[in-house]
This record gives sequence, C-alpha cells and structure tokens, in this order.
Amino acid sequence: MTVVDVRIELKKGVADPEGSNTKKTLESLGFKGIDSVRTVKVFEITLDAPAEEAKKHAEEMCRQLLANPVIQKYSVVVR
Amino acid sequence: MSEVRVCVLRIEGTNCEDEMAEAFRMCGAAPEKVHLNQMSGKAPPELRRSIEDYDILALPGGFSAGDYVRAGAIFGARIKSSMGRQLRDFVDSEKPVFGVCNGFQILVELGLLPAAKETMEPSPTAALYNNDSGRFECRPTILRNDSRGRCRLVSQVPSGRTLAIPSAHAEGRLLGMDEDFADRLEDNDQVVFRYVGPEGEKAGYPWNPNGSKSDIAGICNPAGNVLGMMPHPERVMTRFTHADWTRGYTSEDGDGKEIIMSVVKAVKS
Repeated sequence: MTVVDVRIELKKGVADPEGSNTKKTLESLGFKGIDSVRTVKVFEITLDAPAEEAKKHAEEMCRQLLANPVIQKYSVVVR
Repeated sequence: MSEVRVCVLRIEGTNCEDEMAEAFRMCGAAPEKVHLNQMSGKAPPELRRSIEDYDILALPGGFSAGDYVRAGAIFGARIKSSMGRQLRDFVDSEKPVFGVCNGFQILVELGLLPAAKETMEPSPTAALYNNDSGRFECRPTILRNDSRGRCRLVSQVPSGRTLAIPSAHAEGRLLGMDEDFADRLEDNDQVVFRYVGPEGEKAGYPWNPNGSKSDIAGICNPAGNVLGMMPHPERVMTRFTHADWTRGYTSEDGDGKEIIMSVVKAVKS
C-alpha cells in the first residue's frame, strides 16, 4: 500500500475568507505577530499501487474531482 | 403541445427539489423528482429512469453530498460517471437544462457552464467561490434580465426587466481563469441575470450578495439552452413569498414564475 498526501490550496490572488476570518479571531484572542493564515485541505489517500503509479493516479484524481483549476492548485506527496 | 416532462434530479443533501417540482407543476409541466441512482441502474427495474425520457433537466438547490470537496463537485462528478454521455446528448439536442443555486454550482463543476469551447468541458472553466463577505447570505435580491436573446430559457422575461428573487448561498461569486472572463461572457451574450439595486441601478453589497464580478447572477451556455443562476425563482411563484407582498405588490404571481414559465416554453414542440 502507498499513502499519498494530496494538498489542495487556493491559487495566489484568490481571497481566503476562512483564513482571514481565522486570523482576525486569533488576533482577538491575543495572538501577536501573525502575518497570514491560509486554509489548506489535505486528502490522505491509500492506494494499492507502487509509489510512482500512486502519484499519477492521485494527480488524475485532482484533475477530475479534487481541485478546480480556476481557484485551486494541487500537489501530491508520496509518504 | 403534449405534456412537458421535467426531471428534477436529486441526491443526498439536495433540499429544494419539492419547491422546484411544484414550481414546474404551477407552470403546467409534469415534474418528477428523480434520484441519481434511478438513472445509473442502481435502482429496482420499476424505478429506473432515463434522461432521454424527459424534456427538461432541473438541478435544484441544497447541499448535495454535504458540499464536500467543493459545492456541487461530488454531484457533478457522479452525474458525469453515471450519465455523462447521455447528458451531453441531452444538451446537444438543445433540451433545456436549468440549475438553481447548488444546481448552478453543479453545472459549473460539470463543465456545462460556461462551456466556451465544448458542450461539456473535461474540467471546470469557472468556479462559484466563497462570498466576499465570508458568510452565508440569505436575503432579497433583484435581478435584471441582461440577455440579448441567446438564452432560450428567459423568453417570457422582457429584456431589461427586474425581478425580485431571493438569494441564499455561501458560494456564489463567479470566477474565471483570467481577468477578461466576465467581458468574454458579456461579449458572447452569456450573461443572463445581473444583481441590481431597487431602481435597477448598479449596486454593490448587499444587493450583489457575493461580490460576483460584473454583478453576474446567472449565465447560459453558448447554445443558450443551459441556464444556471444563484437566486431561487422557485421560491417566488406566488405573491405571498414576494419580498414586498405587504407593501403594494399587486400581481397574483411572484416574479419567479416568469422564469420557470420561460424554462417550460423553451421546450421545442
């Protein structure tokens, strides 16, 4: 079994209301020096395939479902 | 004309199918609420349905599949995998496809909108992204029909007419791959509805509840038979759900009826 981490994040320039709202709230709790907070989604996918193939499969999953290329970019890391 | 058959397609988490079906019934059509499993052969034989048997496909609002991954993404992918080819044929045969709210999000995730290059793009070419306000916006909105004739699903709504149709969504901001996206839609006459203020004027938040570029609330495909919109016309079929029904609104019908009636009339006899 191969475990891959699929990381889905917003493209540069796409506003992240959840991130900025969280930042505001963290600051209201007294946390100082926060430069930015960004939300990122990670899918941990376990596949019955060798590493190389698992990575290719996961990338295809991103293209077909996990990422919308208009607002998101993806990266796949084999553990 | 014979009976207009409407498929109101649902899966788990869809929650506006009742009023969508009722709205079509009020316009003289024969709606049926159909679960996607009935289309994909996963249902008992007597419950199986086929998209070819319908004249209109309507995708209702809600939170299909819990809005997991992205709003509309799961429903879109499941439609693609279980009836993608049939749906493409349905659209190519110029039958009307109508999506409201989550239904619009599904059409975008499916690649049926804006679909500049082909009927059903292999991956999305637009996104309905989080509202600028960062929260769910449930409020009265006013739409102006800005279609110049391409969209066949608004034939009963005079050009430039404003309609009071409520919005209720968290992800309604239409985004494209580049800055010229909205201009291209406008040039191509794919912008059908824009959010406007009470006098029909350009107005910012909250009249545009999501910050959508160029105040776009609804778009159609280049062939004019697929319409997606964020606000809910099926919620204003009678005067009693019109935002101003106690303040001098006199019509018996709500503003949404003109839109649903147009969708029914878009069926070629």
